[in-house]
Amino acid sequence: MASLQTLIAKPWIWSFLGALLVWLATVAFTGGYGGGGMITAALSLAVFTVIVGVGQMFVITLGPGNVDLSLPANIGLASAVAMKVMDGNDAMIVVGLLAALACGMAVGAANYLLIWALRIPPIIATLSASFIIQSIDISYGRGLQIKPPPGFADFTNWQILGIPVLAILTVLFTVGAAIALQRMIYGRSVLAIGQNIRAAWLAGVNVGRIRFLTYTLSGMLGGLDGALLAGYFRGANVDIGNEYLLASIAVVVIGGTSVAGGKANVPGVWGAALFLVLLLTMLNTFGVSAGVRLLLTGLIIVGVITVAGGQKALR
Amino acid sequence: MPQANADIVRLDGAEKHFGAANSFIIRLDGAEKHFGAVRALSGVDFHVGAGECVGLVGHNGAGKSTLMHMVAGTLVPDSGKIVVRGASEDNFSVPRAQQLGIRCVFQELSLCPNLSVAENTRINHPSLTGFGWRRKAADLIAAKLDEIFPDHGISAFDIAGDLSIGRRQMVEVARAFTLTQDPLELVILDEPTSSLDAHTAGQLLAFVRRFVAGGGSCILISHVLGEVLQNADRIVVMRDGKVVAADAAKSFDRDRLVTAMGGAEGHQKAATETAKTEAGPLRVRARPARQQDGKELVAHVGEIIGLAGLAGHGQTDLLLAIFTAAGRAKAGIEVTAPVALVAGDRQSDGIFPQWSISENIGIRSLARLRSGFLISPQREAELADFWQKKIGIRTPDVSNNIFSLSGGNQQKVLFARALGSDARIVLMDDPMRGVDIGTKLEVYDLVREEARKGRTFLWYTTETEELDNCDHVYVFKNGRIVANLRRDELTEEKIIQSSFGDAA
Amino acid sequence: MTAAAIENQLKGASTRNAAARARRLRSLLPALSLALVLLAIAWLNPRAISYFGFSLMLNLAIPIALATIAQMFVIAGNELDLSIGTFVGFVGCVTATWLKDAPLLGIVVLAGSIGVYALLGALIHLRNLPSIVVTLGMSFVWQGLAILILPKPGGKAPDWLLSLMAFKPPFIPFPIIAALLIAAVVHFGLMRTSYGVILRGSGGNAAALKRAGWSLLKTKILLFALTGLFGVLSGMALIGITTSADANIGNGYTLLAIAGVILGGGEFVGGRVSPIGAVLGALTLALAASPLLTFMHIPPDWQVAANGAILIIVLAARVLISRRER
Repeated sequence: MASLQTLIAKPWIWSFLGALLVWLATVAFTGGYGGGGMITAALSLAVFTVIVGVGQMFVITLGPGNVDLSLPANIGLASAVAMKVMDGNDAMIVVGLLAALACGMAVGAANYLLIWALRIPPIIATLSASFIIQSIDISYGRGLQIKPPPGFADFTNWQILGIPVLAILTVLFTVGAAIALQRMIYGRSVLAIGQNIRAAWLAGVNVGRIRFLTYTLSGMLGGLDGALLAGYFRGANVDIGNEYLLASIAVVVIGGTSVAGGKANVPGVWGAALFLVLLLTMLNTFGVSAGVRLLLTGLIIVGVITVAGGQKALR
Repeated sequence: MPQANADIVRLDGAEKHFGAANSFIIRLDGAEKHFGAVRALSGVDFHVGAGECVGLVGHNGAGKSTLMHMVAGTLVPDSGKIVVRGASEDNFSVPRAQQLGIRCVFQELSLCPNLSVAENTRINHPSLTGFGWRRKAADLIAAKLDEIFPDHGISAFDIAGDLSIGRRQMVEVARAFTLTQDPLELVILDEPTSSLDAHTAGQLLAFVRRFVAGGGSCILISHVLGEVLQNADRIVVMRDGKVVAADAAKSFDRDRLVTAMGGAEGHQKAATETAKTEAGPLRVRARPARQQDGKELVAHVGEIIGLAGLAGHGQTDLLLAIFTAAGRAKAGIEVTAPVALVAGDRQSDGIFPQWSISENIGIRSLARLRSGFLISPQREAELADFWQKKIGIRTPDVSNNIFSLSGGNQQKVLFARALGSDARIVLMDDPMRGVDIGTKLEVYDLVREEARKGRTFLWYTTETEELDNCDHVYVFKNGRIVANLRRDELTEEKIIQSSFGDAA
Repeated sequence: MTAAAIENQLKGASTRNAAARARRLRSLLPALSLALVLLAIAWLNPRAISYFGFSLMLNLAIPIALATIAQMFVIAGNELDLSIGTFVGFVGCVTATWLKDAPLLGIVVLAGSIGVYALLGALIHLRNLPSIVVTLGMSFVWQGLAILILPKPGGKAPDWLLSLMAFKPPFIPFPIIAALLIAAVVHFGLMRTSYGVILRGSGGNAAALKRAGWSLLKTKILLFALTGLFGVLSGMALIGITTSADANIGNGYTLLAIAGVILGGGEFVGGRVSPIGAVLGALTLALAASPLLTFMHIPPDWQVAANGAILIIVLAARVLISRRER
């Protein structure tokens, strides 16, 4: 009983409960048909939101005003870089992935450079950076019709017993992120900065370096996501990352991470990503139009933040 | 106008110990206020008469600000009564105080930096609307500035944020005296001259005299005792949340004020330890940024160095400069060992509110708590347990949230964070503010013990008794070191004399 | 007056003058950037500097300026609206359908949407919510509604709106007159009226305002309602120009509007905004967005980047100015 109570006290449990409810509602609607396949599909799609969501979570945890708005442009550019470097050649998969990671890291580092050098709020810094990245991507990726190497495309779609391998790897990655958050100097420092940046400085935390690392990490995860998306959807695309701006922030907020900073929640990102994907699946199954889908998604985000509310944040 | 009101209002029979009650603007009977476990005011009786300037003096934390916030309506007393013009006010609030003609110039500036001087005036006068309001507001504030500070050189259309801090203070003072719809009876001036030079301060005080002579009332809070002695009709001295003396200004002189403020009953000094032999190796050498003569702060291994003087006169700035210099080289400051800082303002500089006690202790020592790449929970718990016992943090479990502790115990956590680290130099930024005496004594012993083991302490404190623990005391004024006292020449009078030295 | 006092006076005057000069220089930046862009256009293509040229180049300047003003109101209260773009799209869809076919319904819906903005302001204030997340959620809501109203691009603007936007005054092109008008009206309302002071003060020092007895709930509601109002005007103006609507038509406006406010000398916190600056910023963006870059033979690919670069350059210039003057 006590363990049940501690479980309920965890903020991430609600997003998983939400996901479960939505899944049950859908299965009930279809009369039990396709419940398993739905989970497989949800896992495959949630992976991409989780990867950028974790990066965004670290950024948001840095405290009020911190947010990475350059993720969509970053994802788009990295997808093009990855496809171009791989050039449809299985031997180049690793090199291509590394190139996408490096590209993302460069974007993240540039973001922090703008924040630091121009002393402007991260919102406007990452926004202006995203303008430039977008153009680079449009120019660089123009007419890019390169398909991913067959090995890479297969890898991103590979399933074992109905469970996407990518999802398993992402679970491992999120476990690592959770450990880094609680048990590594880096994670502790991020949490300290988010709670009180001045107190963190006075307690000996290297505030500048940790912020730099966090924006770079977020950029790197965006780069990774770009490469994987290009593999999964069989081709790079300027708009491939567009939905991940709102999605990355939404999963962080719904997952129980405090927008006021200093309190992060890794499992919640998974729960919220599954919830959002399953919600879309449910609405599709019910046959509602795209408009209703967007409308409900928006209302749920506003509703969750209103209920969770009570703290000032992000500005 | 004020006089007319005074005549109309009649006694309500509530006056026990005063005669002509109808000439009181405001009276507080038995006002009490607690902030958590800290008692800020314990049963204070206070009143201001019509046409009277009351001087209010006392050390930092004596309760002056709390009392004034009650008069202005921003704080509600836990118990006690507020009587304005003979009528008991049960729901006293800021709007009510304004209606009754009570204004306040708070120490923290309350101008909107993005608005012009005239626009800032408009904020305090809801009636300034309609066509031509800008002109009216500008004329209003300009006339008052001209009246108080004849050569002020401020335009009503200057943006507040562009003005120097002194001019902003002038605007704020002048704004409090502008008159539209609401009456003007009593103005509280909380350190009104702190950012003014001698010339403008003189202009302001002369105006206050004229205002009072014209029947207005004033409460003047100042650390410059000469100002209070010369300009107040009556002086109220506060200490430890109580009024300890209240008398006509004429009956006070400097010495009597200092004695009343500081507590001349004298406390016995901490047992003087055998004088230190040779000074050990140098730990810190630092010159304040604004120091013009050659004075500098020097600390050696095993020394406890006090930083004294009035609050906010550059002590914290120097500590922060030393803290920064430990990380990267900084001109004028030499630091030879790792540094840790114990914050005094726990909430804004020290505590991580989401974290447990042990996480709060461990943050300064993360590198040492690792085994391999990860922070070891055992080692973190060991560190916390060790210091919990050593420093006496009263909690059943160090994995409880930090806010489960009382203020004094939270402060002990900050000490544990610094003392449990590898730092050889510990900076203390007035860490005993609002801490109970039991905790204080425990921490004093610990500090002396750690100093014997070779740690160096730089200890800024606003509580004079604490300086008895120091080997050496530097007194600060206006961002500079003005005196350097050895322990054997340390007396309370000496510190007060140097920090209140009226000569700027 | 003693010598020391005189010296102090002089020192005070000089530090204030320096601060005021820096601020004035900063407030000139928007006009300077616009002038620079115009000069570049004149140099690259002199024929563009004509009645016809301006009418063409500034075609979309009116809705951009209105959306920028909308964004400016929330920024004045230290908040941010990430949904203004999709809101403009929503308004566009309503304008091209209901406002034409059932004007009464259209008016009620548009007025109601301004009411929703006011409610959001109240919600954000009362629950102490981060506006960026709330408006992020709202951006889905507006987009969803827009798609529901107009699933496929189409509809048609009401005739009166078409003829208004196609207005051709003598000598001065309509977009310039409209921009002047918008700047003047908003400047008067926010910078010159007595309640405008309170609105800006709520961003400058909310605590002081509260201490003086003003309702912060009321200021927040009003600022959000004004954002809604100008969002509605922007959406209608946009449809008046494009003649038909599309649910995604306003999506780019969120970022354009934020950039316009910042380019116009506004700051994210502290209630420091300038309506004239915001309109200038919007005009600069509208010109830089395509005409200038086309004349410079910059491929369309790089036009977005040029916007980002302009933003970064202006911000860098601002940092340089403030640093040198301190």
